[in-house]
Amino acid sequence: MHAESEIREPLILGTKTYRQITDDIIAPIEGKASKGWYILLTISALTFLWGIGCLAYTIGVGIGAWGSNNSADWAWDITNFVWWIGIGHAGTLISAVLLLFRQKWRMAINRSAEAMTIFAVMCAAIFVTLHTGRPWLDYMLFPLPNQFGSLWPNFNSPLLWDVFAVSTYFTVSLVFWYIGLIPDFGMIRDRVIKPWQKKMYGLLSFGWGGSARHWSRFEEVSLVLAGLSTPLVFSVHSIVSFDFATSIVPGWHTTIFPPYFVSGAVFSGFAMVLTLMLVVRKIYKLEAYLTIKHIEYMNIVIIVTGSIVGVAYLTELFMAWYSGVEWEQYAFLNRATGPLSWSYWAMMTCNVISPQLFWFKKIRTSILATFILSIVVNIGMWFERFVIIVPTLLRTFLPSSWNTYTPSFIDIGIFIGTIGMFGTFFLLFSRFFPVIAQAELKTILKQSGESQKKAAANHKHEHISAH
Amino acid sequence: MATGTTKQIIHGVFGDEEPMMAACKKLRASGIRIKDVFTPFPVHGIDGVIGVPRTRLAICAFIYGITGTCLATLMMWYMMIHDWNSDIGGKPTWAYYFAVPAFIPITFESTVFCAAHGMALTYLLRCMLVPGARPKNPDPRTTDDKFLVYLELNDEQAKKAEAILKEHSVEEVNHKGTLFIPAPY
Repeated sequence: MHAESEIREPLILGTKTYRQITDDIIAPIEGKASKGWYILLTISALTFLWGIGCLAYTIGVGIGAWGSNNSADWAWDITNFVWWIGIGHAGTLISAVLLLFRQKWRMAINRSAEAMTIFAVMCAAIFVTLHTGRPWLDYMLFPLPNQFGSLWPNFNSPLLWDVFAVSTYFTVSLVFWYIGLIPDFGMIRDRVIKPWQKKMYGLLSFGWGGSARHWSRFEEVSLVLAGLSTPLVFSVHSIVSFDFATSIVPGWHTTIFPPYFVSGAVFSGFAMVLTLMLVVRKIYKLEAYLTIKHIEYMNIVIIVTGSIVGVAYLTELFMAWYSGVEWEQYAFLNRATGPLSWSYWAMMTCNVISPQLFWFKKIRTSILATFILSIVVNIGMWFERFVIIVPTLLRTFLPSSWNTYTPSFIDIGIFIGTIGMFGTFFLLFSRFFPVIAQAELKTILKQSGESQKKAAANHKHEHISAH
Repeated sequence: MATGTTKQIIHGVFGDEEPMMAACKKLRASGIRIKDVFTPFPVHGIDGVIGVPRTRLAICAFIYGITGTCLATLMMWYMMIHDWNSDIGGKPTWAYYFAVPAFIPITFESTVFCAAHGMALTYLLRCMLVPGARPKNPDPRTTDDKFLVYLELNDEQAKKAEAILKEHSVEEVNHKGTLFIPAPY
């Protein structure tokens, strides 16, 4: 065991022992759910149902039910798709990139962040499968021999790359998440008493025992999967940005799109993780594990990525002016001053100005301010995708086909429905799954636990004064 | 009666990793084989002490990854060049190298897909972690806060081992019966 510097703040507060970590993580699973949990679940499930209704209606009558038109042929569907996919990126970033960088603070948040990734990608998938118009023909996206003779999907198309990227991302994230869950399911299996729980967690734990051989393989698998997921997470949003950047639409045809999209994705994902963490922390009383320090670290990531996004917005404007291409210039003029300019300024305020408030230590260590700003950032990031897609498409090369856009209530219903679905899944997850990777957390207890750090410091000082 | 040796099964239960590690080192130094160690979390350095060889899973992942690269390349070559050559958006696919930049993303995704899933499956099967498998830890407390050293020893070694375990503030030494190992023909 290596000692950690005294000046580093502890990551586990109070006088915790291994047993207490077990008790705290298993508490929501063994105990009864609170009233708040039931209320939230009911609201989420009802909105989810409403979403399913709108979804069924769309499948029944076709995507004419949406507000999309011949100019804005991509509108809420793709906005929501990119928004959800972006949110998913924080989970992989926390569990993979921070693992490679040996950031110990990731251990308290990675499990729920990964769960968030999986649920967010599921929400995103709803929009892409539906936006094709006839979702029952979506199997044609896969390279299967089909009924038209030897015509294959077009591998030159970024839209097809997206199919591969998103499905790889989803399945790999799922596997990464589950492999990490197995030891924790083993712990739950050995602890619970109710027969149905014993049976269920017995099945889920795959017979985990924690032998030295298995742990050594477990760590190798985690490390290699992290190594594989790191380029994967960057590739996914880069490819999503190619959907736009490889077109010839003014305002989309930019080379800065991949890094701009990736940092925007991490930005919105961290904001969503914060929103969820602050709720989970409160409901399940996990303040000792999800400390103010964790919140501060995440807010710092938000400042960094938010600033990158801000620079990207300014670069876009500069490049449009500097290119001398009047279509390009008009695309940005239209975003900032056209009929939908309010969405542009909402995006600018929420994404560029509001995260800068986190430079103040008081704000970035305040729970209330973080909660509010995390929601503001997610609203801003939704508007970013809306601004990129809708105002741009409404006014392209031919003024005779310029158009206006209003979402239909079906559009809104499906979007609200996916939020309900996300909430439902996350609430069920937090009730039945270990929300914190307890096995990993136990490894840092001695270096980063509050009482353990104090004891080590006292010991060192005694040692020095004895000489 | 068949001939063979009888071995005692001993569980040394510790409350923390350091005494367990020290005990394991001492056991090994006195020539006692440690069958396995069950811990609530990965204890770094224990592999070397109890003689667990380094896992080769990463090599598997590399091989699976290369397989994914080849499969994707083969698939796209067959579909886009060999089977139905097409000129889409002024991007002709007369030969694979002509269109290779467009094939990079899917080649990459397929590499990651095969490496990740292949490795995960190999890991699960290698550890026999399958749905419905019986719990592999001999004592349920090892997933919570106990560290268990699992020994299978003959009577003479068992005495020696017990003494060593007690030197290192073991919490419990549990005798879990005996194991009969028949002698080879």
